[in-house]
Parts: sequence; structure tokens; C-alpha cells
Amino acid sequence: MTAVRQTWQVTMRGVRVLIRQPAFLGITLTQPIIWLLLFGALFKAITRIPGFHGSYIDYLTPGIVVMLAVSSAGWTGMGLIEDINSGVTDRMLVSPVWRGALNAGSVLYAVLSVIIQTALILLLALALGAHFSSFGGVLVLVLVAALLAATFASFSNGIAAIARQRETLIGAVSFVLLPLTFLSSALMQRSLVPGWIQTVSDVNPVNWAVEAGRSAAMGSIGWGLVGVRLGLLAALALAAATFATRSFRSYQESL
Amino acid sequence: MALAIEAHDLTKTYGGSVRALDGISLTVQAGTIFGLLGPNGAGKSTTVRILSTLTRPDGGSARVAGVDVVADPVAVRRAIGVVGQRHGADREATGRENLTLQGEFYGITGADLRARVARALERFDLVDAADRKVMTYSGGMQRRLDVAMGLLHRPRVLFLDEPTTGLDPEARAEMWEEIQRLAEEEEMTILLTTHYLEEADRLASQLAIVDRGRIVVEGAPEELKSGLNGDTIEVELARDSALRAEAALAGVRGVESVRLDGTVLRARARDGAAAIPAVLAALDARGASARSVRLARPSLDEVYLRHAGRSFRGAGADIEEVAA
Repeated sequence: MTAVRQTWQVTMRGVRVLIRQPAFLGITLTQPIIWLLLFGALFKAITRIPGFHGSYIDYLTPGIVVMLAVSSAGWTGMGLIEDINSGVTDRMLVSPVWRGALNAGSVLYAVLSVIIQTALILLLALALGAHFSSFGGVLVLVLVAALLAATFASFSNGIAAIARQRETLIGAVSFVLLPLTFLSSALMQRSLVPGWIQTVSDVNPVNWAVEAGRSAAMGSIGWGLVGVRLGLLAALALAAATFATRSFRSYQESL
Repeated sequence: MALAIEAHDLTKTYGGSVRALDGISLTVQAGTIFGLLGPNGAGKSTTVRILSTLTRPDGGSARVAGVDVVADPVAVRRAIGVVGQRHGADREATGRENLTLQGEFYGITGADLRARVARALERFDLVDAADRKVMTYSGGMQRRLDVAMGLLHRPRVLFLDEPTTGLDPEARAEMWEEIQRLAEEEEMTILLTTHYLEEADRLASQLAIVDRGRIVVEGAPEELKSGLNGDTIEVELARDSALRAEAALAGVRGVESVRLDGTVLRARARDGAAAIPAVLAALDARGASARSVRLARPSLDEVYLRHAGRSFRGAGADIEEVAA
């Protein structure tokens, strides 16, 4: 109970900042909005390739949501680096606070932000003419985005606790984001990409998320697959949280 | 009297080669202020990090408030308050929010928490700034908030890591008063690290001088200063009588050594006050006239010089060069 309470208190730190400057959320949305508009226009002709089914905005929207989740949550560690440099982290570590709350609190905040951002992007997609299969399906897409955000937020915190330098974290996030996106079916139908990319995408969590989210929200693949993918993503989120907790420990060992 | 802190032979090495602590042992009586004095990089902060459970020693053991820091860090954390060298407050949040979050971390909630936060804001003169973001605070206000946060859960042992570094003289004097009040009225045990000799001299009832990861000397400030064998009598002389004066003092009872720097004569005496009349009489007998006479009690600066084998300033500069 204390653990949950303390986690929520850490989450609220971020939420308060967000409430004071809601415009910040809009700024972080510029990139996904540009992706949605730009890729939507740029790759429109893809739909004319034989073998491509449906409208491109329907196809693209889940991909953009997933990219948004990765890129938004990926910066979570920046806050941790700031806390480490300003002494906030050390102060928390000498208190009897549940250790997990430090990571879990900021991960939860990242997840909440991604959920809000996803909702806004989905509204925009709707305005651009996207068709969603069902409300439940859309909720699954949001859940997928949330799980992926949790994974990358923990991952980002873990890197931050070890590296403690903004530059390293920026490098790591940029290094991971584009390859993971392009080695998935976020932008291009799986059957139309080279075989090796198909193979890589099988083990790419971003692709698990894209396919599960697309299948649920746009209704083209079965629920069995969605269930398996959700399970995999949840397991991955837990693994990332473990990695973050260990990194905190190694940070402490280095003090 | 009970011991609030006992450390035995603490060692810590960073990166396999930098020996930050090379066998530190110390004991602090409950309810007293203990000063850990030394230049930057001497090992003071590492000692505090180990005693406050932030990091673990490579060797040795320590008990704080009766609990082993390695075996049961959580129990130690409940008993201690830490005010670190850097500001521990979240600059994006208000003073009140920072204090509230701090309380939550110690399991204090609800009306009790609200009351404690209100009292802390009042006591540290932060009521007007309570709902402003910390980034708008002055250095002195931030430091007061840091201390308020460290005290919110009423710790038995308080660690203050260089609490007045970067404060202006007025804010420093206020902080000193507050620290003294804590020890006297609330019977808190305080371990204070500082590289200001004056601060250690003024606040600590017991202190240890740390240099290169070792304690070079330990004792009450007065005891350490008396250990230097006496005071210095400084006599400023008229220009033409300087040499005569030096010769005059050679045989004076109570004077152990004489040194002349230009027109200032420095005579070392075990009991300076008692030796002054004889010194003045001897000068008078040789016709050397004194312009002024001053009695200097030995300073911690000299204690440091004597035990660390180099001057305090010199040691600090050393370390900075190495770090650069």
C-alpha cells in the first residue's frame, strides 16, 4: 500500500508540472502530428501498390501511435539525469522510500502522458478520415502504446542511471527509435518489405505493438495474436523495469 | 553517554584505484555536534555517503543510531536526516510540494503531514514563498528548505554535508544559529562536514581532521589548539628597534621561540597572557619600543598544518589541481 502511494506521489511530481504547463504536451505532439501528416501525404501512393489493402491513413495511424509511445517515453531518463545532478535522487535514496517507486513513479507518468498524447493523435486521425473498428479495439491500441511506453521509459531510466549524461541518452534514444520503427510494419505492409526485414520484425517489440494495435483498432488480424503480443509486451515491460532497478543499484554502488 | 555514530576502519576505493577512504574510524556521542573537517576531496563526503546508507563501504563497519548501516539500511534511513552538499529540492515544484513529498517518503501522511509541513515553513521563514516554485528561491532560501526537508521526519541523527558552502555571510550566521539550536534544544546528534575552519571551531564540540582518506587528528577544538603548545604573542615594533628586540626576548621566561618578520615579532609562549608582562619588560629594558601587542590563540589552521603536514589552503589547492 505504501509502495503504491509513494509511486503515485512520484508520478504526481510530473503531473503537476504538466498541469502548470499544458502547452508542453502540445509541443511534444508536434513531431507525431508532422509524421502523421507528412508520411500520410508522402506515402499515399503506397496504397496503389498491388497487394496493399485499405486506406493509408488507417494503416499509418497505429504505426504513428507506436512511434509516439517510443519517442515520448524514451526521454524519461532526462528527468532522472536532472534529478541525479541536482541531488534530488540522492535525497530520495537516503529516505526509507520504496526503491521501486523512483522508477515506477516516473514510468507511470510517462505512460499517462503517452495515453493523453495517443488520444489526441487518434482524434486527429479521425479528422483525417481514419476508420476504427470498435471502441474496444481503440482501447487495445492505447494499451499497447502504454505497455511499450512503460518498456521504453524504464529502459531510458536504466540508461540514464548508468550513463548520467544527456548526450549518451540522446544518442541511445535516437539510435533505437528509427531502426526499430523502420524494421517494423509501422509504415509499410509486412508482405511488401524484404524478407530479412520481416525476420527482424518478428523479434522487434515495436512491431509486436504495431501489429497488435493495428489488428485491434483497425480489425484485420485475429484476437489470438493480439493476446500473445500483449503478453509479450507486458513481459518486456517487466524486464525493462528490472533493468532499471538494477541500474539504480549500480548507480548507488558507484557513489 | 550513548553513541549515535560508530564507524570502524571504513575503506572505499573508486574505480579500482582512487582510495577515497583509507581506514576512517570515529565515534559521535548522542546529542553533540561532530565536525568532520578537511579540504575538498579529503573523504568527508564519502564518509557521509556511507553513514547515510547512500553507498556501501568496501571494508569496515558502521552503526548509526545503534543500527548497522549495511545490515539494515532501511532502519538507519528512518532514524537519520541528510542535508546534502547539493540542493535536494525539485526546482519545478513549490516549497510546500517538496516538503509534502519528503514526508510521504517517510510514511507521514494526511493531517499530520500537513501540520508538519506548515510548521516547517513557519520555522524556516518560508511561509510567503511556500507556494512558489523553488527555482525562484534565493540561495539562502533554498538552503533553508533543504534543512527543513531533512528535519521534517524529526531524525535523531542529522548529517549536514557542507551546509553553508555558497551562502553569504548573513545566511551563514543564520544557519549556524539554527544548527546550534538543533543540538541544544532538540538534542539531535549532528555530523557536520565543512572545509571552513571557522565553522568547525564555532559549532563542533568534537572534531576530526580528515586528509587523504584518513583522520589525522581528533579531539575537541580547544584541546587540539592547546595541543599546539601555546599562544603567539605578536609585537609590532618601531623600525629601528626590531633587531634589538629579537635579542631581548631570547632569555625571557615562558617564551619558547622567537621569529621576526620585518617589524613584527612573533614569540611563542605556552601561556601567552602570563608571558606578556615579562616580554614587555624585556623590550623596555633594551630600549625597544612596541607599537602594538596582540595575543593570538592558536587557530585550527595551525592544527591542520601541524597534523596534515601542509597548510589547509595548500591542501585544498592540491586536490583541485589533481582534479583538474
